Amino acid sequence: MNAESRAAEIVFDRVTKRYAGRDTAAVTDLSLEIPAGTFCVLVGPSGGGKTTALKMVNRLIPFESGEIRIDGRSILELPLTELRRGIGYVIQQAGLFPHLTVTENIATVPRLLGWPKQRIAERCEELLALVGLEPDDGRRYPAELSGGQRQRVGLARALAADPPVLLMDEPFGALDPITRFRLQTELRRLHHDVAKTIVFVTHDIDEAIRMGDRIAILREGGHLVQYDTPDAILAHPADDFVAQFIGEDRALRRLALRTLDSVPLRPGVAALRVAPTTTVRNAISLMIEARTESVLVADGDRALGVFSLDDAGKLLE
Amino acid sequence: MRLAGGGPVIPNFGQGSSCVTGDHVFCWGWVKAHWGDTLGPALVQHIELTLIAVAIGFAIAFPLALLAHRYHRLEQPFGTVAALLYTIPSLALFQLLVPFTGITRTTIEVALVSYTLVILFPNIMAGLRSVPADVIEAAQGMGLTRRQVLWRIELPLAVPSIIAGLRIAVVSTVAIATIAATLLRDGLGSPILDALQDPIPFKTEIYSAGLLAVALALAADTVLVALRHVLVRWPRNAE
Amino acid sequence: MTIADVANLHTFVDAFRFIGDNPHFLLEKAWQQIELSLAALALAAVVALPLGVVLGHFHRFSGLAIGASIFGRAVPSLVLIAAFLTVLGIGFANNMVALAILGTGPMLTNAYDAVDGVDRDAVDAARGMGMTGGQVLARIELPLAIPLLFTGIRIAAVTIVATAPIAAIAGGGGLGDIIVNQASYRLAGVLGASFCVMLLSAGVFLALAALQSAVTPKGLRRSTLGRAPSS
Repeated sequence: MNAESRAAEIVFDRVTKRYAGRDTAAVTDLSLEIPAGTFCVLVGPSGGGKTTALKMVNRLIPFESGEIRIDGRSILELPLTELRRGIGYVIQQAGLFPHLTVTENIATVPRLLGWPKQRIAERCEELLALVGLEPDDGRRYPAELSGGQRQRVGLARALAADPPVLLMDEPFGALDPITRFRLQTELRRLHHDVAKTIVFVTHDIDEAIRMGDRIAILREGGHLVQYDTPDAILAHPADDFVAQFIGEDRALRRLALRTLDSVPLRPGVAALRVAPTTTVRNAISLMIEARTESVLVADGDRALGVFSLDDAGKLLE
Repeated sequence: MRLAGGGPVIPNFGQGSSCVTGDHVFCWGWVKAHWGDTLGPALVQHIELTLIAVAIGFAIAFPLALLAHRYHRLEQPFGTVAALLYTIPSLALFQLLVPFTGITRTTIEVALVSYTLVILFPNIMAGLRSVPADVIEAAQGMGLTRRQVLWRIELPLAVPSIIAGLRIAVVSTVAIATIAATLLRDGLGSPILDALQDPIPFKTEIYSAGLLAVALALAADTVLVALRHVLVRWPRNAE
Repeated sequence: MTIADVANLHTFVDAFRFIGDNPHFLLEKAWQQIELSLAALALAAVVALPLGVVLGHFHRFSGLAIGASIFGRAVPSLVLIAAFLTVLGIGFANNMVALAILGTGPMLTNAYDAVDGVDRDAVDAARGMGMTGGQVLARIELPLAIPLLFTGIRIAAVTIVATAPIAAIAGGGGLGDIIVNQASYRLAGVLGASFCVMLLSAGVFLALAALQSAVTPKGLRRSTLGRAPSS
């Protein structure tokens, strides 16, 4: 795997999309800057325009006004097919080609770009491993795979030509919760290794919080309501809509983002021992269960310090 | 015009067997004796008629289907014309073409081609339409041009339907081609009609020509099924 | 335009004149053909429909149902008619039987598919409510099966009507009599009869299409509860 993968900056500049015969626009005056290498999640209720915004980037949906730029260049400047071959695209039902094997599916864009056969073969092997599939799976057909496996192939296929941008439209929506959780984790890890610009659409705020470096909340009509890191949004929701969308337990959600090995601890002892990898939120849950107000953070036998409910509250400031 | 070799009414020297004159159900002797002059040539003619008709029919139906796939508005008119064409009895269609192309093989082929068109066109269209929308969306999103989507994704996935259409077309053509004999002594219908016109219809000739026609249809069907196995490598739901 | 073209158009004009001159005769012949077709259709229906429906209800012998169609397609009508002539002699009977066999295939296959393919959930719900097998068949499966069933009847009818002219070769009468007898009726007559046959077939096709719309239960007009044909 290359250590340096290219990533590109995406900028939405006052983009508007109206469908004929509808009162409200699908996307209204959207301005958004996604720095290169960011994992940006577009989230919001149905009709919020998030899928529309996503599909405008690879021009599957045209827009009337405004501009979308990738690395400074308007997407309208490039020939259409060249633009799309430089963008990875993953959709909910995977859209794998039923008549091609897994490997042939993955090799689609490299073949279009005219890569030499040897390079294609190596790249396919590499990608199968990257997305957690066996080398033998390469010879199988999509009909023989489970939903989770198909999504992995879809992801590998999107990454095949090493595009600087990856667009993902509710890719895990059709999967069962366990598979979804697993794939979310793996995607995060992958992004950590590969650092491409990923634009990810979901209607699930939990998924957004788990996955995103930055979250853009769009409400009906495609209005951008808030665009910030998960922690910032949880700490300071922009308005009532966002607050409701996040949920009343936002304090706990914020604390779910931190683990005990990253917070200041105090010297002392406590009866309840927890590992440093425990999230603050889980620690609070354990404390409530045990009806105590502090825990001892210990790595095996080594005691690292004490953390209390009060300390948790201070973290929120 | 009766092919040389005669029939049951005038016994040939050494071939007026009791089987033939007694009009038993099936006379192997007759079949073996007349393979070369009656049944064999008729079979060959029949194969020619069928192959030409299906080949030309496909050559016309395929581009028409691609066009209708691209310009949806064409599909309805094409489809209705096709359906109505199919209701015209072949006997009538052959005759209706005579003023234009005379009593020739061309007339027969025009009619046969029309019928194969009617079968192939909807099947090719259905095959192209059966490609799931998400597959096409993924293909477009990945940057395949419209032509690439057609040739690399839609057409390969349409192959099963196309072959199904070809199977029906070939079998139907073999059947309809037997009726061509009412116009011109060509194909396996010819021995049958000849036999029917005898004072006592000669059973063996009828059965043997008939069996050949059925065997031809089934053989062609088998070949096409084998072709499908070769072309369609991916697993499909039982249909 | 060459002389040949003029001659061709001339024959069509003659054909229409033939029709104009012999309306009763043609109608009589047409009626003969319809009679034969109806008889054959009825015979085929009596055999194929109950069999197909029952087999479909019990989900058995699907091979038979599919095989019937393949048989019907692979055996040329001419062969069937000629073969039956040798067995049953010349006349109404042999043609009726031959045509009936042609019509059995589509009706049997479609009847089977129609009943077999009814939404299993609906059938299970009915059973769960305490309906007997017969009640399920009569109240649930049959109504839902009507669209596909009727399509089978339609295909059989059109096939039979379209093939009936050939029966003239075996003494079946009808408009085919004229078409195969160019010696007596000249090209004009043959063409005229051919036109009539064409109109008759198209008319039957359209009439049945309209009838199918009328017979389909309203809720099913665009429904997914029935199943699409398998071929």
